[in-house]
Amino acid sequence: MALDKIGIAKRIAQEVQDGMYINLGIGIPTLVANYIPDALDVVLQSENGLLGIGQFPTEDDVDADLINAGKQTITMRDGSVLFDSAESFAMIRGGHVDLTILGAMEVSENGDISNWKIPGKMVKGMGGAMDLVASAKNIIVAMQHTSRQGESKLLKECSLPITGLQCVRKIITNLAVLEVQDGGGFKLLERAPGVTVDEIKKATAGKLIVEGEIPEMKID
Amino acid sequence: MINKVVKNANEAVKDIADNSVLMLGGFGLCGIPENSIQALLESKVKNLTCISNNAGVDDFGIGLLLKTHQVRKMISSYVGENAEFERQLLSGELEVELIPQGTLAERVRAGGAGIPAFYTPAGFGTEVAEGKETREFDGKMYLLEKGLVADFALVKAWKGDTAGNLIFKGTARNFNPMMAAAGKITIAEVEELVPAGELAPNEIHTPGIYVQRIFEGKNYEKRIEQRTVRS
Repeated sequence: MALDKIGIAKRIAQEVQDGMYINLGIGIPTLVANYIPDALDVVLQSENGLLGIGQFPTEDDVDADLINAGKQTITMRDGSVLFDSAESFAMIRGGHVDLTILGAMEVSENGDISNWKIPGKMVKGMGGAMDLVASAKNIIVAMQHTSRQGESKLLKECSLPITGLQCVRKIITNLAVLEVQDGGGFKLLERAPGVTVDEIKKATAGKLIVEGEIPEMKID
Repeated sequence: MINKVVKNANEAVKDIADNSVLMLGGFGLCGIPENSIQALLESKVKNLTCISNNAGVDDFGIGLLLKTHQVRKMISSYVGENAEFERQLLSGELEVELIPQGTLAERVRAGGAGIPAFYTPAGFGTEVAEGKETREFDGKMYLLEKGLVADFALVKAWKGDTAGNLIFKGTARNFNPMMAAAGKITIAEVEELVPAGELAPNEIHTPGIYVQRIFEGKNYEKRIEQRTVRS
């Protein structure tokens, strides 16, 4: 069974380590926060000017002046700090954020990523994504392995306008966990429960590297 | 202390003429200068170039000025969640320059700080790099990006004093402090205006030197885009 969005978020949460400062993008990455084990102490950065995103507010605590980068109402926690957008991106550009998790429309086998525009059809804008991918030490991409039409989104080369070059290390999809190799290629690390290596091969247009037995993901 | 107080938004924006370049603070609808935007709608000024991270939503914030076609060009980082913005962009009715968010923030900061240009890695190898000078430092490629200034900066703060000093609240700070510095004339609207001396100097975010006009805004709607609550 391919994973749903929550499954992807749960698997990504396993990549989080104690003490990390983390930037979560919009969509599936935002869900990751719900599955980080309580035992880990991590600080979530919101690029609109907050370190230390707390949980969603109760109805009584909703504050229009306190939102995350996805424009959702949020709260702060002990140790939270507020700042302006230039300071926020100084943190990002300066390499102070340990882990960046973001979505993608396409990823290429050498780690290029596209996620901001479909020419003539749709323009979301890059927001903070280009800054994040250009400077992050560790980038994990959360995405569907294929489009709704069944076409692979893990390609030899991206067909859509690029967000950043050779920056993605790890990709977690509804079908697999993959690592981008230095010389190019997606190394298959794990399969979603019940998904076969053949199914992943069929869904991957770029070079897929399969070595030995590929374990299933362990997801609660 | 120089008194910078003006009566209201209409008075504050009355000399903003057609073809002006404006900066507007805010991230999404958080920290936007609601009163000044309303006054621009009423003044019917047109052919504006607006520098703002977003362009509001269809029926609020800068989205209102898009609807009335008062904006000729937007310089922003994010279009998503604004159908009218995306439609005008794709149809070519509106000129749009999309800039990475951190580059936008730093270009505005640089503009206000007298720095003509700086190098950043964001956007190297992408459409953003087209026509820009690139340079390698320590094995990594960077783009030369220029500082931005504006004829008028419209910012929103929580508290302000008659000398133009500002304090922001929560994540409503975002682009407002840098824009205040990058406006040739900066118009600050605040929720609470107090006499100079009442704000603690240690707690002021934006020094009044950057602010030319200040007024106490009214009827803040502070619309929320994604009201998300804990169950």
